[in-house]
Amino acid sequence: MFEAVAFYLFAFLTIAMFYITVTTAQALYALTALAAGMIFISAFFFILGADFLGAVQIIVYTGAVMALYAFGMMFFDTTRDVKEKNGNKFIGVGLATLAAVMIVAIFMAPIVSTNMQAFYPAIEGIGNTQMVGVVLFTKYLIPFEVAAVMLLVAMVAGIVLAGKKMDLSLTKMSAAQIKEIEDKDKKVLS
Amino acid sequence: MEIGLNHYLILSTILFAIGLVGIMRRKNLLLLFFATEILLNAVNIGFAAISHYYGDLTGQMFAFFVIAIAASELAVGLGLLIVWYKRHGTIDLDTMTSMRG
Repeated sequence: MFEAVAFYLFAFLTIAMFYITVTTAQALYALTALAAGMIFISAFFFILGADFLGAVQIIVYTGAVMALYAFGMMFFDTTRDVKEKNGNKFIGVGLATLAAVMIVAIFMAPIVSTNMQAFYPAIEGIGNTQMVGVVLFTKYLIPFEVAAVMLLVAMVAGIVLAGKKMDLSLTKMSAAQIKEIEDKDKKVLS
Repeated sequence: MEIGLNHYLILSTILFAIGLVGIMRRKNLLLLFFATEILLNAVNIGFAAISHYYGDLTGQMFAFFVIAIAASELAVGLGLLIVWYKRHGTIDLDTMTSMRG
C-alpha cells in the first residue's frame, strides 16, 4: 500500500519536473527542475531496495553534476529566453514515443521469451551496500578500474578545455589589455 | 494494488520519451545536455527495477557505470561548451552548421 502511494506520488513528481525541464524557456528554471527530478528519482531507488544507488544518485547528480552545470551557466548568457525549434510538434512527440516503445520492446523481448536467471543473486541477511561492494570488487573489478581511468581522463580534459587563461585575472586587467588579448585570440582562431 | 516490474518500465519509458522530446525541440546546447541527463536517468530506473524484481545485482552495477559515464561526459562536454562560447558568443545549435578547414 505504502509502496503504491510512494510510487505514484514520485512518478507524478518526476514526470512533472522533467516536463518542466524540457519545456520551460528559462535556463535557470530548467536547472532547478532537473535537480529536483534527480532527487525524486533517488526515491525510486530507495523503494526498490537499492540504497547505495540512491545515495550515489543524490551525491553525484545533485551534488556534483548540478554544481558543475551551475558553474558552467555562469559563463553563458542564461537570462535571455531560450529560442526553440519551431518544427511540427506532432512529429517530434510521435518519433519520441515510437523510439521509447521500441527500446522497451528490445529490452522486454528476451525477458518474455526465456526465463531469466540471476547471475549474482542477492544473499539473505546481507545489506545492499555490502553486497554491491562484494560484486563490484570481484566480478566487476576491471570495468570499475576502467571507469576510474575514464573519469581521470575526463577530469584532465575538463581542466585543459575550460581552464585556459585562468592564470590571468580579468577583473584586475584594464579594458585595453582585455581588448588586446581578445583581438589576438580572434586572429589566431579565424 | 501491487506495484510490479511493468509499472517501473512504463515510468522509465515515459521519462525516456520526455527526454527524447527535449532533445528534438531544444536549440540551446546546455538544455540539450539536460535532456541527455533525463535519458540516462530514465534508463537507470529500468535497470534498478529489473535488478530488484529478478534478485540480481547486475542491473545496479550497470546503473553505477551509467552514472560514471554521465559524469565524465558532462565534464568534457561542458569544457567544450565553454570554449565554444568564448569563441562565438553563443551556444545555439544553428551556429554550428558550417565547418571550415
